[in-house]
Amino acid sequence: MKHLRQLEDQSVYILREAYKHFDNLGMLWSMGKDSTVLLWLARKAFFGHVPFPLLHVDTSYKIPAMIEYRDRLAREWGLDLVVGQNKEALAAGMNHTLGRVVCCTALKTNGLKQLLEHKGYTGVILGVRADEEGTRAKERYFSPRDKHGDWDFRDQPPELWDQYKTTFPPGTHIRIHPLLDWTEINIWEYIKLENIPFIDLYLDKGDGTRYRSLGCAPCTTPIKSTAKSVDDIIEELRHTTVAERSGRAQDEGRGMEMLRKDGYM
Amino acid sequence: MNMVVSKPSESLNIVIVGHVDHGKSTLLGRLYADTGSLPDGKLEKVQAICRQQGKEFEYAFLFDAFLEEQEQGITIDTARTFFIWKGRQYIIIDAPGHKEFLKNMISGAARAEAAILLIDALEGVKEQSKKHGYLLSLLGVRQFAVVVNKMDLIGYRQDVFDGIEKEYREFLGQFKAAPTHFIPVSAKLGDNIANRSEAMSWYTGPTVLDTLSLFKKEAARSEQPLRLPVQDVYKFDARRIITGRITAGRVKVGDHLVFSPSNKRANVKSVEAFNIEPQPMMGEAGQSIGVTLDEQIFVERGEIASHQEQLPSVSTAFRANVFWLGKRALEKGRKYLLRVATKEVDCEVAAIHRIIDTMDLAQQQGSNTVAKNQVAELTVRTKMPLAFDLSSSFEATGRFVLVDEYDIAGGGIITELVRDEQEFLREEARRRDFAWVKGEVGIEDRAKQYGHRAAVVLFTGGRHTGKSFLARKLEGRLVADGRHAYLLDGENLRRGLDADLSEEERGQTAEMARRYGEVARVLIDTGLIVVSTTNPFGLAYRDAVQPIRTLVHPAPVIAVHMCKTDEELPPNTDVVLNGPMDVDLAVKQVMDELKRRGVLAEAIGSKPTFQYSI
Repeated sequence: MKHLRQLEDQSVYILREAYKHFDNLGMLWSMGKDSTVLLWLARKAFFGHVPFPLLHVDTSYKIPAMIEYRDRLAREWGLDLVVGQNKEALAAGMNHTLGRVVCCTALKTNGLKQLLEHKGYTGVILGVRADEEGTRAKERYFSPRDKHGDWDFRDQPPELWDQYKTTFPPGTHIRIHPLLDWTEINIWEYIKLENIPFIDLYLDKGDGTRYRSLGCAPCTTPIKSTAKSVDDIIEELRHTTVAERSGRAQDEGRGMEMLRKDGYM
Repeated sequence: MNMVVSKPSESLNIVIVGHVDHGKSTLLGRLYADTGSLPDGKLEKVQAICRQQGKEFEYAFLFDAFLEEQEQGITIDTARTFFIWKGRQYIIIDAPGHKEFLKNMISGAARAEAAILLIDALEGVKEQSKKHGYLLSLLGVRQFAVVVNKMDLIGYRQDVFDGIEKEYREFLGQFKAAPTHFIPVSAKLGDNIANRSEAMSWYTGPTVLDTLSLFKKEAARSEQPLRLPVQDVYKFDARRIITGRITAGRVKVGDHLVFSPSNKRANVKSVEAFNIEPQPMMGEAGQSIGVTLDEQIFVERGEIASHQEQLPSVSTAFRANVFWLGKRALEKGRKYLLRVATKEVDCEVAAIHRIIDTMDLAQQQGSNTVAKNQVAELTVRTKMPLAFDLSSSFEATGRFVLVDEYDIAGGGIITELVRDEQEFLREEARRRDFAWVKGEVGIEDRAKQYGHRAAVVLFTGGRHTGKSFLARKLEGRLVADGRHAYLLDGENLRRGLDADLSEEERGQTAEMARRYGEVARVLIDTGLIVVSTTNPFGLAYRDAVQPIRTLVHPAPVIAVHMCKTDEELPPNTDVVLNGPMDVDLAVKQVMDELKRRGVLAEAIGSKPTFQYSI
């Protein structure tokens, strides 16, 4: 439990730094386990309040239960929820059969960029974790993007001790990653410790499958699992050697590096 | 080997450093592979890619995620990898060894509690081996093991290993760094990584994997005196919560806290937390906490809370060891932003004492610049007094970064307090503030009642520049607007308070400024906006400004300089009025500055924006 409190203290510190330094701040919430833990940490950092809007980039292909869960928590916790959608691309018929990288770029990367631009956010907080995949392992807590949203991974700013890059020339915007040091197991351990409400798609409801990672319905497949509780999930993860995102189609080949360089989450 | 799965009770951050190509990523890959810690199919997948591209498989490819890294065979940026072994969760940070990416190595190492430093047995101790060893020490990473890699290439010879150990220990000894172990390995072949090497039976020490378990979790900083740098002040609801991460010691409900450098004091009323039952009564080092106080005092981000018995130092100068990462060289006399814990303050490099060559620790004097990737000994001078510690006593409040324009361009540790000329007055102010007897009404209550903060507006400048005239106009305007302002004329002190002094004594600026500053301090406590001039100090006014600031600190001083021609401004001037004066315009300029500084609200009748509205 002590290691969870250490992770919590670090994330809370980062969230408070973000809130101090950026006026137009938003937090991305996909309703998945990670960004929901992030949302909970914001309530920790600000003593029950969430002093910035929660942004959801809706691809229209999300599993319906996720939208119900989103609206319920928004109501119960008094959240300022902002939903963005690349309507133009959807009207033109964008879907995953046109190519996964093409679809992710249009509906998620560009959907996010449009939302940020439209609302004038200069900082966005995301729940990415270093153990998810290789390029995320190389992220900074405070990671600048240029005006096109591109990530220059060759020249990332230094982060020394608890000092992060918080000053920028106009036109830059910043991605803030308070969960970088958390692993998938840590997320579930923390959900248990704090009793955080999560979406039950992560549990086996009798058919011997569950979702390990949530995305769009067509590109996310459930895994074989009989985990029916958080304890079961933690136990399962301690013994698995299957990658968390193996059910996520976008990770195939160099998909993530290409997506992330252009501003994907 | 079977995977040992157990529940982690603690976590430890480890960084792998060393010269480029000495095998850091390979070591990491091997450690994961030999402990069964890789996800299913990862090894096979990378092996298949290598076959496809017609190149030999390397363990390093497992973590060099970027296409460019694999093509060039080097690590560009640090990767965090996760690893559980014997009840401990490790975050292992693979740092790049190429000198071009030193800032990435430093970012990785600054997060670490322990390190593994690699040296190639064939190449021996190289430039970056030394630089990284030196920087580990500077960054505060005190526990580390040295791994001598590629032993297979030298026929596993003990004499070569011993030679490297001797040479490197001597180098480290010069700055009192001592590794826990020297371990001979072949990362490529897996000797002494997770499994004991049969080829080196002469070595009886721990393997790399054993060494990880031997690293100790950092000794509890909770036993040190309290340091709580204020991160922010929140007022989301009825509570006014002061937040921060405790960097040393403990804070408990009922504790008497002193905030430095403002010397403000209050008792801890509660420790606030969300979803923790019962409500905590204390916090300790490492925790991000929130406290409420029994008195409504204005405290700002950057101040350090401590107990009265063990205060941090306060000065405008210190000596430090700095490493520079900026694209543009560090220059003596140039302005930078200094960040110590949560405090940000403008500073300049007052002196570059020497550049330290990390190859042989030779020292070079007389330089006016510090180039990228160099290490130097400096004196830093700040615009405002700040609270800090020596890094030998307190890690987190004894180190800092320098920001050049928008970028963190250097970091360092504070080695020595440099006493400035304000030291005695600052001590007088501190003692006086600690003993100050308060009435029922606090300065914050007065500010709320009056609708403005207490402050000093000080007109500076030579003779016949119109200081007195404008001071009168300003006082009149403030009072007409319903503010509580008072013109403090030095002449009135001369005849009364200073009547005991001889003519000669009255000519001594230091003592006159001290008396003047203490009177202003009393008026500040009444909640007034004190309007005044440096007239009593005549041409020596420049020597009087700083002592006045020190004595009225932390009340804001708005310095208005008046002159007839362009001349050098006194330090920290806020408003310059040069040449023929339009009185209304000049008064408006000063009023605007008072608003900008949060002394006055934007509109009459409304509350000032600072702190009330948080």
